[in-house]
Amino acid sequence: MDGGQGVGASVLRKEDDRYLRGRGIYIADIKPAGTRELAFVRTPLAHARIRAIRKPQGFEHAVFVASDLAGVRPIVANSALPGFKPSAQDVLAQDRVRHVGEAVAVCVAATRAEAEDLAELVEVEYEELPAVSDMLAARAQDAPLLHPAWGDNVFLSTHVDIGEASVRDGAPIVVRRTLRTARQHMAPIEGRGLVAEWDSRLDQLVLHTASQMPHIVRSGLAECLGLPEEAVRVIAPDVGGGFGYKGILLPEEVVAGFLARHLGHPVRWIEDRREALTGGANCREHHYELTAYADRDGRLIALDALATVDAGAYSIYPFSACLEAAQVASILPGPYDFAAYRCSTWSAATNKPPILPYRGVARAGVAYAMETMMDAIAREAGLEPHEVRLRNLIPPEAMPFDNITNKHFDSGDYPQCLRRVVEAIDVPAFRARQREATGPVRLGLGMAIFCEQAAHGTSVYSGWGIPMVPGYEQATARLSPDGGLELRVGIQSHGQGLETTLAQVAHSVLGVPIERVRVVHGDTGVTPYSTGTWGSRCMVMAGGAVAQACTELATRIARIGAQLLQVAEDDVVVADGCVRGPSGSVSIREVAHTFYRRPQDLPDNANPGGLEITAGYKAVRDSGTFSYAAHACIVSVDTRSGEIRILDYAICEDGGVLVNPMIVDGQVIGGVAQGIGTALYEEMAFDAAGQPSAATLADYALPGASEVPVLRIDHMETPSPYTRFGQKGIGEGGAIGPPAAIANAVNDALAGLGARVDRLPITAERVVAAVMAAEGVS
Amino acid sequence: MKAPAFDLALPESLAQAAQLLASPDSRAMGGGQSLGPMLNLRATRPALVVKLTGLPDLIGVEDASDAVTLGAATTHAQIADGLTPDLEGGVLARIASGIAYRAVRNRGTIGGSLCHADPAADWLTTLTALDAVVLTSTRPIALSAFVTGPYRTILAPGEIVRAVRVPRPAPGFAWSYHKLCRKPGEFAHAMVAGLRASSGLRLAIGALGGPPLLLRDAEASIGVAETSLSFLEPAARRIQLEAMSRVLAELAA
Repeated sequence: MDGGQGVGASVLRKEDDRYLRGRGIYIADIKPAGTRELAFVRTPLAHARIRAIRKPQGFEHAVFVASDLAGVRPIVANSALPGFKPSAQDVLAQDRVRHVGEAVAVCVAATRAEAEDLAELVEVEYEELPAVSDMLAARAQDAPLLHPAWGDNVFLSTHVDIGEASVRDGAPIVVRRTLRTARQHMAPIEGRGLVAEWDSRLDQLVLHTASQMPHIVRSGLAECLGLPEEAVRVIAPDVGGGFGYKGILLPEEVVAGFLARHLGHPVRWIEDRREALTGGANCREHHYELTAYADRDGRLIALDALATVDAGAYSIYPFSACLEAAQVASILPGPYDFAAYRCSTWSAATNKPPILPYRGVARAGVAYAMETMMDAIAREAGLEPHEVRLRNLIPPEAMPFDNITNKHFDSGDYPQCLRRVVEAIDVPAFRARQREATGPVRLGLGMAIFCEQAAHGTSVYSGWGIPMVPGYEQATARLSPDGGLELRVGIQSHGQGLETTLAQVAHSVLGVPIERVRVVHGDTGVTPYSTGTWGSRCMVMAGGAVAQACTELATRIARIGAQLLQVAEDDVVVADGCVRGPSGSVSIREVAHTFYRRPQDLPDNANPGGLEITAGYKAVRDSGTFSYAAHACIVSVDTRSGEIRILDYAICEDGGVLVNPMIVDGQVIGGVAQGIGTALYEEMAFDAAGQPSAATLADYALPGASEVPVLRIDHMETPSPYTRFGQKGIGEGGAIGPPAAIANAVNDALAGLGARVDRLPITAERVVAAVMAAEGVS
Repeated sequence: MKAPAFDLALPESLAQAAQLLASPDSRAMGGGQSLGPMLNLRATRPALVVKLTGLPDLIGVEDASDAVTLGAATTHAQIADGLTPDLEGGVLARIASGIAYRAVRNRGTIGGSLCHADPAADWLTTLTALDAVVLTSTRPIALSAFVTGPYRTILAPGEIVRAVRVPRPAPGFAWSYHKLCRKPGEFAHAMVAGLRASSGLRLAIGALGGPPLLLRDAEASIGVAETSLSFLEPAARRIQLEAMSRVLAELAA
């Protein structure tokens, strides 16, 4: 569209100047005068009744328990889906703790070390209860109950049964798999953190917090603290990674908000790595029992699925405890077209941290499940994995397409996408190499093709009935008197590069150089309401809103410009930073100068609202954009040591029109790194008592630079018919594909030995154990 | 995750340090790469931390015809960068360069690592195979007798490791070291070091949760190791034996 700085240009990121110089301002850089530090007393037991809490003598004024928080309400995040069982999470536990790391008291001191000293002196008398640390055990009849009033440990179960049950009878190919993914910790480099301060002049709580969704936090905070929303301002400064970990109203935020007002001085809490690991392993844990029915040519006839999601102890605000499992049911069919589908899901409550949606949400597990079945069918049918997929993918001529669960695929050519990675990886040449590798080090090829629904709006979320439903996304565009442009958006940019890409959108409409476009975000005090940054929605929604605001602003600019040019308004256009008439032009800067500094030159019909506009946007259809990708990789597996190496990794991605292709590549690479973690490294195991296995990053393995191979990334650009520029959300796909592609590759390598690993992560020990099992050695 | 309050002493002599460390409430610190995190995690809470890396007795190296002696305060990075004497073929530099990450190597010391006695630490296993001797403020101790359990050594209260002496094997020796980690820089889940010299074969198997298992000459066979490691889970045992096979194959080559 615009080769210079507009939509489609790979301009360098504006925000990187401060990030690369170490001049970003994060929560831990903020310390108002008089700030005191908080340390939370957290339960070391996963499930217990609290008998008594004794504050250290002489420090009663500096230690707070639930009963000290007068008027504070618990966090409640219900879903309106039928059968959902609600939980109420006290911000400091009162009578019962339900996972290790849950806060029971908070200590205030001059420094964090002193606050921790104090926390050690708080005596909590617990009566330990039997813990439920496994989601399948949680569903058992005699399992101990987390929320006794429920009668079981299931937040919500869902059942869908679509299509003719009879079609599966007599299917020539029937394959079954039982699969499991691990519980993970998202591990942003910056943990959570907050600074809470009561501004007595404005009679307002000001909370700086590392959040992806400041407006949602504000709403939740106001509800829990019993404050009107205008008495709360939430500011998310520079945020060092979110991925979903910071898409939540935190108990700590409520506690700190109360204390700031109650104590009359600012308080600060910076989550440390031990708190994050022991109380914040909160995503990704799924269990699947799958049966796929196919014809002899590998065409999928029906899919039967039982899926359990470990939802942890409480329903979190705003996404609730059931988003993940309900999503599993609706997206398991992936980009495939088939006739019959049955799926039951359970969101199981366990004595573990409450589940949060992590980059890709349920899709990483779902793609692993579905793509495992595709490979299983291929093996039975004696076909190449890509061949089976090509026979089942939604064809391009069917677009837009409503699939078996009524997901509306907006556009795309999935078979072409798959063919491109198959070509990139050169399957025939690989098979030849693979046949020769018959020694202890085997080679395997794996692939995955999947879609990523993004920017889904009102129609999708109103159905869930959770505390947050996205509606119109708004943006404010205002010209400064010297022709600069300020954009105010309610989302938060924490690595996505939105300070650059939203400026590019504005540039495409108005032509203001991006150096003169300033994006203000993450502050409820100065930005329009927004549900924030999640679901790969910002480029579509905030991008659409910025374009709309700039378009409306252009009309006002044009009227003033026409007057200055002495021509009719219909004869001018706004482009390239100017108002152009038939025989001359005037710069937007001059228009701005006229409005603010020389109003005597304005036309009589100039809009008195001036050069500042807040406009709202919704996509033409709000069922979401469907970007998609195919991943293919080659691995070597040392069948003696279990060592796995990724030798090649090719991706073809279609994110519609790319606003900044360089940033999209960065999103893909970062996502794949996390997907490699899911596939091969990351696992927070909990023992039977609900104790997490890792308290430091020495025990919780994250992939680093040496674990991420060079990725070969290819792009298709099929525009979405429903968005402003044809752009699609693209932030999560990188993390979705690798578990499926890598697991398929490892199992392809092991197939010759008759061995298979059916759970993530695929560790060396699991590979060796699978090989030994295939050998008949126990 | 902030350390509880403690006093920090920076002694200027070995005698002064020994006196300070005679108290059961004190802990010696080298580069602080293990003790630092332990203090922050409040996993250890000494009243007094005695920082030893400034002591002249712990600094410096000696290059003799029969042995290389490295002061206890020598950092992994100094060894990895070839700033200290080494065995033929750069054996010590190669070991050092594989320890954790550069930031850790910059501060971590060889003496500190041995005294910390982490079962999966590189120096403990490799120097056991190399038949190194720990020189303390009072006596020499063969490394094979130095570690008594996980994170436990034979050191008496107030006894300080001054240096480690690594004997030079006769020319023509063969050396091999393999560790299997989830990723480079992580603590290994399997590690085997082997030395074949005129004096015989020494194989040390580490990451076993305690001191390394030392197998000499005829003992250094897969069969003996398999029996000795019967306490491990089958898959973990097979991975250890795989590391051992690689070492034996390299030593035979």
